[in-house]
Amino acid sequence: MKAQSLLLEERQGFIHQKGSCGSVSIQCDTESLSGAVSQRACVYCGARVVLNPITDAFHIVHGPIGCASYTWDIRGSLSSGAEWYRNSFSTDLSEQDVIFGGEKKLWEALSEVTRVHSPRVIFVYATCIVGVIGDDVRAVCKRAEEKFGIPVIPVMSPGFAGHKSVGYRMACNALMELLSRAPKAPKRGGSVNILGDFNLAGEMWIIKNYLEEMGVKVVARITGDATCEELMHAGEAALNVVQCAGSMTYLAKRMEEAMGIPWIKVSFFGIEDTSQSLIHIAQALGDREAEKKARELIARETRALEPVLCRSRELLGGKKAAIYVGGGFKAISLIKQFREIGMETVVVGTQTGRKEDYDIINSLVREGTVVLDDANPAELEYFIREKQADVLVGGVKERPLAYKLGVAFLDHNHERRHPLAGFVGVRNFVKELQLSVNSPVWQYVR
Amino acid sequence: MLDLTPKEITERTALRINPAKTCQPVGAMYAALGVHRCMPHSHGSQGCCSYHRTFLTRHFKDPAIASSSSFTEGASVFGGGSNLKTAVRNIFDIYKPDIIAVHTTCLSETIGDDVGAFIQDMDIEEGKYVVHCHTPSYVGSHITGYGNMIAGFIKYLSRSTGRKHDRLNIIPGFVNPGDMREIKRILDLMGIPFIMLPDTSGVLDAPMLGRYTMYPPGGTRIDDIIAMGDSPLTLALGELACEDPANELKRKCGVDYKLLPLPMGIGATDQFIMALSNFSGHEVPYALEEERGQLIDILLDSHPYFHGKSVAIYGDPDTVLGITGLVLEMGMIPKYVITGTPGEAFTEKAQELFSKFGVTGCTAKAFSDLFELHQWIKNDRVDLLIGGSYGKQIAKAEDIPLVRAGFPILDRYVHSYMPLVGYRGAMRLVEMILNALMDRQDRDCADEDLELVM
Repeated sequence: MKAQSLLLEERQGFIHQKGSCGSVSIQCDTESLSGAVSQRACVYCGARVVLNPITDAFHIVHGPIGCASYTWDIRGSLSSGAEWYRNSFSTDLSEQDVIFGGEKKLWEALSEVTRVHSPRVIFVYATCIVGVIGDDVRAVCKRAEEKFGIPVIPVMSPGFAGHKSVGYRMACNALMELLSRAPKAPKRGGSVNILGDFNLAGEMWIIKNYLEEMGVKVVARITGDATCEELMHAGEAALNVVQCAGSMTYLAKRMEEAMGIPWIKVSFFGIEDTSQSLIHIAQALGDREAEKKARELIARETRALEPVLCRSRELLGGKKAAIYVGGGFKAISLIKQFREIGMETVVVGTQTGRKEDYDIINSLVREGTVVLDDANPAELEYFIREKQADVLVGGVKERPLAYKLGVAFLDHNHERRHPLAGFVGVRNFVKELQLSVNSPVWQYVR
Repeated sequence: MLDLTPKEITERTALRINPAKTCQPVGAMYAALGVHRCMPHSHGSQGCCSYHRTFLTRHFKDPAIASSSSFTEGASVFGGGSNLKTAVRNIFDIYKPDIIAVHTTCLSETIGDDVGAFIQDMDIEEGKYVVHCHTPSYVGSHITGYGNMIAGFIKYLSRSTGRKHDRLNIIPGFVNPGDMREIKRILDLMGIPFIMLPDTSGVLDAPMLGRYTMYPPGGTRIDDIIAMGDSPLTLALGELACEDPANELKRKCGVDYKLLPLPMGIGATDQFIMALSNFSGHEVPYALEEERGQLIDILLDSHPYFHGKSVAIYGDPDTVLGITGLVLEMGMIPKYVITGTPGEAFTEKAQELFSKFGVTGCTAKAFSDLFELHQWIKNDRVDLLIGGSYGKQIAKAEDIPLVRAGFPILDRYVHSYMPLVGYRGAMRLVEMILNALMDRQDRDCADEDLELVM
């Protein structure tokens, strides 16, 4: 089948093949086409994934049951303490509520939660129909906050208001609202907040340990394994380090504006990015001692990884990878990580990457690599086949697609149980890759 | 730490905690995937479609294909008519299905989109179809949506030409592809030609053949859905999920229907097979008698291990009732029987089962949730849990074995390929129950009590 017959004309601008034209001009950061089998989610989803890891928060979804049930305990964000966030709370709106309004039910729900439990903070998510039926969620939250004496923060996340990135912004707004309730406190020199790590499979803990080894104090983790109390101190940090740039750059900017905290982008995926990020953090703090310790840490960990990488190059070198992930920063790190073990990336796409991400991606990949924004399964299938990828990196919707195509799969989404961050993440990364690429089952397929 | 459920039960009227249901559209999507070369289409925000596909993929471990109208702010103000029109054009252009099955969402329902009128205004190529159903997420549950989508197909497609054929219509309840296969196997054994709508076998349990096809070979054929209008009879298997579509066909084409429980356990499977025998006039073949006999033989061999054990069952109404029937036949006590799906018919049917088998002290509740079930268990525990994956938090907190049966099962494999219906499905469920109870006995007993022969 020819690409042209398979791909919608309107979609051509979102797909780019390196070397096919002079400069990069991929279209991105726009709405999906109506009728597309998009792999993308909505505003609510974006907001929910950012706030969900706050372990002692009660997340109440104001809407019909679906939005609450689909997001019930599906992320592998680990907690070192409370597990409240792993339950599903909603107002389960019925037809009556849609006709007469859901404010009363929301109020009741908030009363019922506070009567039985002792939440530290409640997030109330406004879903698609809440605005349409005219509920004033803000007003209800304000009244509840006054009555129950805890922060009750509205998260304005109607699904139709854009795609997932808009939801990230709404979550960041909610976080800013929470932080605005914190009492003023002096800055703590040499300390950081970690933004945009969600402690999937304990990744936040890995990063925090590195920083602590360097003598850098972590004030607030936003939001992996965070507690309300911890978040309230975020204003005291000297620096914000932003891991998931797609979701948290906006928060970093707002915190810079409101609290004067400078920020830097980091990535803890792969040796190269992890090493650079640690040094970068020490330098941004102007902490020579920390930089020295970072270099020692990096040297030690890199040395320990050498045999692993050596073996991986033997087992995986020359294989081809396809990447389809949520944000641009992850795709960029993955390309570098594949390079570290001698694998070439032949297809790379994201759901919500930005222009600047695609510029970097294009500078990293070889001629002929296909770059796509907001791809649908048909496009993924076509290019995975055309470019003869051996493995696809993606999330839950991509997994069965990969298997049906006879292609190995690496889960880089929020359900994975293997940490991929830091130096230990490199170990897991190649282990998972090997498990899938070299599974004996493949010999029965082809 | 996972356990935040307090033992003391307080009244809740507004707050839903840990639901035992989800919303209508995902049921509609599942039904639409059971039609050959059909693209399910979600008329709403793209998050809905993404969530539903993900949810189905998590359960079936197979790609679940569907498109979305991708609502924007504009659509939510001015209506989604133009989105749907563009969507339908794009879908036929690029994905080339034979039929698009549109279902609505809470958003498109609330803003009052007249999807039926939108479809009437479309130019649809000869031989292609667009159908729709209403699936407001704030009414019923995914089970309601499943029935509504089947009724939608019938409403648009089925025709009564006045010339009857001899194929029996089968509307299976909300069950796995493995169950649909088993129902078809039984029909074949009975020598009865049939049309089954929907049929997700061969779609969501598709084999790995080294290539990806957007439309796997399974699914009900459009011609067959049309021909359902000329069938002599419909058997609707699932008293709570399937009456509406069966009724729709009766209303539209005058095809009588017989409403039966899901054929789970001995009695309900007997009922199904007798209905087939009555329909065809054929004797029940030895192969089925043999299976029934094997099932009863197994139950007799193993009854000391389950007789009198108490069990909590949760999930979708017809499935929960089916399992309740089976455990009652086994002499177990279905102490708590709940579904998240609203509707008092569930409670009544469960009560009928309780009294039929003379058990007392059992509770059945519709429109309940797993938080409530957990509270009951905290106050008076059970020996076994049966239901989907969401019960694993209760199982862990209370250290009660869990048999995974029903929907959704997100944390195990193979379930969607295997049946729970028919005698063979019952054998499978009995085996799972026995393994759970007996593994537990082995785990918990003192070393000197560990038995090799059980």
